[in-house]
Amino acid sequence: MFQTLKSYQFLFEELVKRDFKKKYKRTVLGMAWSVLSPLLTLLVMRLVFTQFFGGNTPHYTTFLFCGNLVFAFFSDSTNQGMTSLMDNAHIFTKVNVPKYLFLFAKNTQCLINFGLTLCVFFVFCALDHITFTWRFVLLLYPIACLVLLNLGLGLILSALFVFFRDMQYLWGVFTQLLMYASAIFYSIDGYSPQIQRVFLANPVYLIIKYFRVIVIDASLLSWHYHLLMAAEALLAFGLGCWMYKKYNHQFLYYV
Amino acid sequence: MTILEAKNVSIRYITGDFKDIGLKEFVMRKLTGNYHVTEFWADKDVSFTLERGEMLGIIGSNGAGKSTLLKAVSGIMVPTEGWIRREGSVAALLELSSGFDGDLTVKENAYLRGAMLGYTRKFMDDTYDQIIEFAELKDFEDRPFKQLSSGMKSRLAFSIACLVKPDILILDEVLSVGDGAFRKKSEAKMREVISGGATTILVSHSLEQVRQMCTKVLWLHKGRQIDFGSDVQGICDRYQDFLDGKLDLSGEKV
Repeated sequence: MFQTLKSYQFLFEELVKRDFKKKYKRTVLGMAWSVLSPLLTLLVMRLVFTQFFGGNTPHYTTFLFCGNLVFAFFSDSTNQGMTSLMDNAHIFTKVNVPKYLFLFAKNTQCLINFGLTLCVFFVFCALDHITFTWRFVLLLYPIACLVLLNLGLGLILSALFVFFRDMQYLWGVFTQLLMYASAIFYSIDGYSPQIQRVFLANPVYLIIKYFRVIVIDASLLSWHYHLLMAAEALLAFGLGCWMYKKYNHQFLYYV
Repeated sequence: MTILEAKNVSIRYITGDFKDIGLKEFVMRKLTGNYHVTEFWADKDVSFTLERGEMLGIIGSNGAGKSTLLKAVSGIMVPTEGWIRREGSVAALLELSSGFDGDLTVKENAYLRGAMLGYTRKFMDDTYDQIIEFAELKDFEDRPFKQLSSGMKSRLAFSIACLVKPDILILDEVLSVGDGAFRKKSEAKMREVISGGATTILVSHSLEQVRQMCTKVLWLHKGRQIDFGSDVQGICDRYQDFLDGKLDLSGEKV
């Protein structure tokens, strides 16, 4: 696995470069826009929801930003990952390359994008009088889980998308619903303990919550929580790998 | 030494109404038992072997299964039945001028294509000037690819591809591209690559080319193997007779 990855390193780099250039079309604003658009979402949410949910949530702006930051990366990565395979059909029908390479390249581009937004996020934290502690280093853990989750879902979705072209629409609807179910602009403290437990099944919520606990509450989560998060991400990744292993030779017939 | 061996290779395509219906409709039809697909064998029971340095010509009319077989040999496709054994690296030059990205510049496209063909970055750095020189595109380096004429595109494609040094070389109608001077240049270059000792598979509609260059011939018709052997002239003669309508597939005179 690593041996093959090494031999395709050049192609991988070139694919990332290509995706990057195509996305931003070599414009200055293109780059800025990718940071600006989550900020606009944040602004609107801040204006609209502060009235309803902001009252008893401390650092509500940061609270919102945690949610938006994570969810924007998730949604970007999975939606673009889904089409990455089909977009490159003209390549893998003519050259023998590992097909997951296209997805990995796309996700790398989304990760870089996320990194930019993360920088802006820290600036906002400072403005919101958040104290920076050593615990911030722990944020690498949920980010790693999120990357794994995105890759896993990307593998599943891009494979499905080859066979069923309406996946794009279905996943769009699903992301919309998931957005509401991920407690981005509200706190779940008001729900009964049973319902709060249901939220734990949503990996995106777990990651958002992790960010909030570290950044806003300046505290730590239990190791159970860490395990659950890793398990959900690994489940998605494992399922994705399995699907690719099983179907990757059939993609060719369907494009 | 046998460098490439294909044994009873069959490749099946599935056609039918799954492609455009989407997941919702697929589930509905599965449930109502209304889901139908039809099978289509692009290749059926094809077998051949190649020794090091040999050159195989694949002949047959459109829809004979030549391109599909090449995809299987190059590893892009996996045979539905049978197997293919390869010794060494494979480079398949199929439909060269497609697969470029219109938004990238000529230089960026050249690197991307080089990466696809398995070159290293160092190799591309070293040979890039030579490639552009050969393709006669020096003045177009930083232009977006979509601004190029189709002749220029295939010139670039060829110039990158002809640097391959594989053990097994697969050529689908790419012996020469472009017009006039470039055509000559590219044909000479391709012969140079072939004479470099690679075992080569050539699909060509030019029977003349096959007669001149190949040491073995595989004749396919609608996915079935009509003949295979090293009697190049004999098989080509019979294929020509078949094309002229003088012979049917069982070898009977019409």
